[in-house]
Amino acid sequence: MSGLGSERSEGKQKTVTFVQAPAPEATAPRAGAGLFDPRLLVSSLPEAIGKLDPRRMVRSPVMFVVEIGAVFTTVLAITDPSTFSWWITVWLWLTVVFANLAEAVAEGRGRAQAATLRATKQETPARRLSGGVDAREEVVSSSDLTLGDLVVVEAGEVIPGDGDVVEGVASVDESAITGESAPVIRESGGDRSAVTGGTKVLSDRIVVKITAKPGESFVDRMIAMVEGAARQKTPNEIALNILLAGLTIVFLLAVVTLQPFAGYSGELQSMVVLVALLVCLIPTTIGALLSAIGIAGMDRLVQRNVLAMSGRAVEAAGDVTVLLLDKTGTITFGNRQAVELLPADGVEETALADAAQLASLADQTPEGRSVVVLAKKRYGLRERHTGELPGATFVEFTAQTRMSGVDVADGHQVRKGAAGAVLAWVREHGGRPHLAVDDVVDGVAAAGGTPLVVAELRSGAARILGVIHLADVVKNGMRDRFDELRAMGIRTVMVTGDNPVTARAIADQAGVDDFLAEAEPEDKMALIKREQAGGRLVAMTGDGTNDAPALAQADVGVAMNSGTSAAKEAGNMVDLDSDPTKLIEIVEIGKQLLITRGALTTFSIANDVAKYFAIIPAMFAAVYPQLDVLNIMRLATPQSAILSAVIFNALVIVALIPLALRGVRHRPLSAAAMLQRNALVYGLGGIVVPFIGIKLVDLVVSAIPGIG
Amino acid sequence: MSATAAGLLQIALLLLLLAALYKPLGDHMARVYTSTRHLAVERAFYRVVRVDPEADQRWSTYVLSVLGLSAASVLFLYAMLRLQDHLPMSLGLTGLAPDLAWNTATSFVANTNWQSYAGESTMGFTSQMAGLAVQNFVSGAVGMAVAVAVIRGLTRRGTDRLGNFWVDLTRGIIRILLPISLVLALVLVAGGVIQNLSDTREVTTLGGAVQSIVGGPVASQEAIKLLGTNGGGFFNANSAHPFENPNALTNLLENVLILVIPVALTRTYGVMVKDKRQGYAVLTAMAVLWGAALVAVTAAEVNHPGTVPQAVGSSFEGKEVRFDVWASALFANSTTGTSTGAVNSMHASYTGAGGGAVMLNMMLGEVSPGGVGSGLYGMVVLAILAVFLAGLMVGRTPEYLGRKIGRHEISLVALSLLTMPFALLIGAAIAASSDSTRASLLNDGPQGLSEILYAFASGANNNGSAFAGLSADVPYYNTALGLAMLIGRFTTIVLVLALAGALARQTPTPATAGTLPTHRPLFVGLHAVTVVIVAGLTFFPALALGPIAVALA
Amino acid sequence: MNLVGLLRQSWAGLRVLLLFTVILGVAYPLAVTGVAQVAFGDQADGSLVSHDGEVVGSSLIGQPFDGAEWFHPRPSAAGDGYDTLASGGSNLGPESTELLATVEERRAAVAEENGVDPADVPPDAVTASGSGLDPHISPAYARLQVARVAEARGLAAVAVADLVSEHTEGRILGVLGGERVNVLELNLALEDLEAS
Repeated sequence: MSGLGSERSEGKQKTVTFVQAPAPEATAPRAGAGLFDPRLLVSSLPEAIGKLDPRRMVRSPVMFVVEIGAVFTTVLAITDPSTFSWWITVWLWLTVVFANLAEAVAEGRGRAQAATLRATKQETPARRLSGGVDAREEVVSSSDLTLGDLVVVEAGEVIPGDGDVVEGVASVDESAITGESAPVIRESGGDRSAVTGGTKVLSDRIVVKITAKPGESFVDRMIAMVEGAARQKTPNEIALNILLAGLTIVFLLAVVTLQPFAGYSGELQSMVVLVALLVCLIPTTIGALLSAIGIAGMDRLVQRNVLAMSGRAVEAAGDVTVLLLDKTGTITFGNRQAVELLPADGVEETALADAAQLASLADQTPEGRSVVVLAKKRYGLRERHTGELPGATFVEFTAQTRMSGVDVADGHQVRKGAAGAVLAWVREHGGRPHLAVDDVVDGVAAAGGTPLVVAELRSGAARILGVIHLADVVKNGMRDRFDELRAMGIRTVMVTGDNPVTARAIADQAGVDDFLAEAEPEDKMALIKREQAGGRLVAMTGDGTNDAPALAQADVGVAMNSGTSAAKEAGNMVDLDSDPTKLIEIVEIGKQLLITRGALTTFSIANDVAKYFAIIPAMFAAVYPQLDVLNIMRLATPQSAILSAVIFNALVIVALIPLALRGVRHRPLSAAAMLQRNALVYGLGGIVVPFIGIKLVDLVVSAIPGIG
Repeated sequence: MSATAAGLLQIALLLLLLAALYKPLGDHMARVYTSTRHLAVERAFYRVVRVDPEADQRWSTYVLSVLGLSAASVLFLYAMLRLQDHLPMSLGLTGLAPDLAWNTATSFVANTNWQSYAGESTMGFTSQMAGLAVQNFVSGAVGMAVAVAVIRGLTRRGTDRLGNFWVDLTRGIIRILLPISLVLALVLVAGGVIQNLSDTREVTTLGGAVQSIVGGPVASQEAIKLLGTNGGGFFNANSAHPFENPNALTNLLENVLILVIPVALTRTYGVMVKDKRQGYAVLTAMAVLWGAALVAVTAAEVNHPGTVPQAVGSSFEGKEVRFDVWASALFANSTTGTSTGAVNSMHASYTGAGGGAVMLNMMLGEVSPGGVGSGLYGMVVLAILAVFLAGLMVGRTPEYLGRKIGRHEISLVALSLLTMPFALLIGAAIAASSDSTRASLLNDGPQGLSEILYAFASGANNNGSAFAGLSADVPYYNTALGLAMLIGRFTTIVLVLALAGALARQTPTPATAGTLPTHRPLFVGLHAVTVVIVAGLTFFPALALGPIAVALA
Repeated sequence: MNLVGLLRQSWAGLRVLLLFTVILGVAYPLAVTGVAQVAFGDQADGSLVSHDGEVVGSSLIGQPFDGAEWFHPRPSAAGDGYDTLASGGSNLGPESTELLATVEERRAAVAEENGVDPADVPPDAVTASGSGLDPHISPAYARLQVARVAEARGLAAVAVADLVSEHTEGRILGVLGGERVNVLELNLALEDLEAS
């Protein structure tokens, strides 16, 4: 049975005890990377000016055109100075600077996070083991470790590098990476073997096999990502950039050909005015904020403790239509509890309890522990230690046999496990299971619980002793989250190893759209492939090595940080909180990224309407007085009108920096409702706002001598 | 009945006729382009011209076929016009000058039918019948074939093969354009349109003057001129000429002919993509644009603002009594919304607002409802642009009919949206800047600039109508407009077919509640707004110095 | 896109074009002409009108009429006026000073020759048609001319007015187009009236 879920351990204990995990809390933002701080604007200014280097500006075609325009007007203002041309020149430069500022602020926030992470990347001494059986220890620096090295780490020591635990079990403090101070369990084998360099062992001793090359650990990758240095443009961003470049060319055409038309009309325009018109028309708002939006989007992920391998994965997250969620630990609390024992006909409860406890002694799973606990609490059976039964062979639970138990020396065998498996075992040993057992099993399953059938073989006779009822509880708030997802058009599929009846009951309780019962790893893979063949995008979470192929196949594969390295390599995101419901937030961030781009692009284009109404009458009312009718904002003079439009164009970039960094708030609405809302706010708003804005700026500007 | 009531009922009658023809013609066209059966006469045709009708062409081959046919057509028509005097029934007219022949050849092959010449004094019958009218059929069928290839781009998956151009072309002519033209030509004759091979004859009028009665095979050309959204009139006055458009009934018929295939193609679209709502959505967007423009033009012409119209008491200069203002405005709106370009009144004499409205109609990119085929694929490109922005705003990678709009697709959309403004603005700017080209203008001031803008808007959008005061039969305009027409038509076709190829290669994503529905009123509205905003933002400065200045004077 | 491919397709295109030229450029128009001449010969030939055995023109094509005894047609910008070899309009814009002057001139002339107030002169009397060959005038313009024509011909104004009413055609189907009077047919009827 899978054992996913956040874990807490209470104090230092030799044997690990599992308790119910609390409901998932919203992770607080990391220090230094939180809400938008205006002081950040000022401190990023120097960097913004440094970015004026044309070689860097070329990457954003729209702002590059503005920069060229600014250079042009500078030359003109020097050769033919006037108040107007100087003001225009200054504000054109400010437009470019503001654009760089947006990017610098976004990167600056990321850098604060990177600094925190860098602090964890100190050189630490590592105790490297060499020579198999001999196991000599030598102390080396953590930066000298390579792939495959074995290091031993004991309580109080810092784990020197990323790797897998190959021996031992320990509790580890991962707060340096995750920000969570509560320690987690890491152990060899199973799904919780991966450890990250920089974290500290709190108890016990583990041997770790290093799996990351020096300089390429997860922390290194996180730093590179938040600093934006390794950030490549994502596919959607490239497409949007192409569209913006296309629009820029169209407006360039319109402005360049305007001069001959103006000449025909008898009012040739000054180059300064033409450049000002061009800059106002091209989509500078979105051009300036596009990269900041992308960086901020990635940062929002990091704030939620998710490390994405690429921006492409984040965009894909917004398009996901199917979510695969494991039942245990994700939809339900990770630990089922034994809540009652149901003896078969003619069997004493205590006999059942005794056998159940026996069969669970070697069972290290939480469920097994809970059976032992129940037997002790309710039936007063003392917990026997494994060492107390001489000559006893403990039969481990495997996914294939689906049962566990113990063979005592005197031929007494006890088995506990899935109904089908145990009944078959009984029949194998000559017993005849009572039909009534099936009813009890069904009854438990129908109630949403997991039935474990207990049977014994004593003196050559095999018989069913009864059923253990393990209850599975759905986490709070799950239903609402799934309703939200459904409204967004995302289908949820619950994956579980349970039998179909149990699975259906939980699925109904939780409100998922579909479920996959008795799922083995290949089944998950098959489901993903089936959905993808139908053109749908699939997201899933996983932690075990057996999840790796499915994680790689899924369009968005989120590996739990507590999982194995293989899983983390296979997926394209890592959740440091190891919280499977994080997937929902990842989808929201992906969508938010796209929505923010779309909203600001629409706003940017819609702004042009008002700018035309400001600038065209300003340019031509002298030669065609009738065009003054178009001056519906009643701007003071032609110069003030043009200057106001340029100033507004620059100021709107700064004003929208917070929105670009925060992202447009994403509500779980259907596409049609969302479109209506955003089209109204940013489309209609984009048309109306500049009329007011330019007028307000004009009121101020017209007070300037030489302009007003 | 008041003129207003009659005018409104006239519009209603037009819409009723279109509604009646929508489903039958739309479904018929869908069958024509999807059927796997070749008619016997078509099979014979393919054999004679040695073309393989079973080949499924990749998009690049489809493009080469279109360009090849068009190149051959331009050369053939050019030669025919230059050597016109050696042809029978040339009415004693000489061969055309090189630049005029070039301009006319490219114009008719590009479905524009811009005419720098007056038909009665330049064109012999053979040139008209066997040169120009043939291109009316062929260029119309080319447009329809390209539209069908684009539809296949949206319906096929995992391939970049878009069908067979020669089959699409032949079926378009033999199963759609030719049969309808045959019937409608005869209906037009019954209404009074002439159809004879007589040379001009002189008669003495009742008042004692001498007048020449012209002849010609007009009705046969008239039918396809309108049906194929070509617009090239037999005579200079086009559909204002009584021999081309004798009464208000033939006028209504001609107006229906202009609109019927572009409108019905939306039904074909809906049927072929197996979602009729998509067809209705495109039709509604087109109708909104056409309707809004109709209100603008009609209001302007009926209220007749402007110095001369106010002095006269009506906007009647350049209009015919038998049509009156309402039918003229209706025809003008239909002809500039569809890239036809035939006129039953002289647009140059319209009010400033009216002239500006019909000019803007063309600048929208000829998508209300646009030319045969070109209107549909023009609307699809603009829908993809609208979907890109709208899709972003709902948080999904933009997709249209399940096809993702990525960088490759948006590059092609951006390029094809650049093409027409490029051809229009550059050509017009050069014309406005030199004294020699300015000499061609009839009117001065902003109306003169309007003549230039209208000419290049007409050329770049393959419309063909004009503010006819422009003396366009001079080397600059003949050459420049010829280039503008070729760029506007064939660059767009190449880009649009490349886009179809890219879309066909994809496997569509199924729709969910998170998908943006492209058939609902909200998207239809966004689509129409996108069309207007793109055209408005591109051309507002030029319009301000032209028709807007005239209108506000 | 290679040149060889384009050439091959052009060659195919030429073959296709030639065959279509035969079908669409020769067979089709000749077939239509044939049927039209047989079924609608009158219209196909131009709706010609005769007077005293001589063809005097087409009822569809306007012709010039000078002199007080005739109903006058609209102004025409086709050549020197009603020149069928140069159909077209003036193409002057709504702000054209030239057009304004011309319109005012025409208004004065029409008012004077018909003895009416310049303000009563209808729009079609002072504007040129788009084709330059418009055969119609508005009923208002026709009625305006009744007095002059009756006096010039020595006919009763009532009789002439009745003639105008007979030749006034309303909108087709009641909604299409404009109300009109065909000038040639009206003048022919005038001649016949006088003759009788």
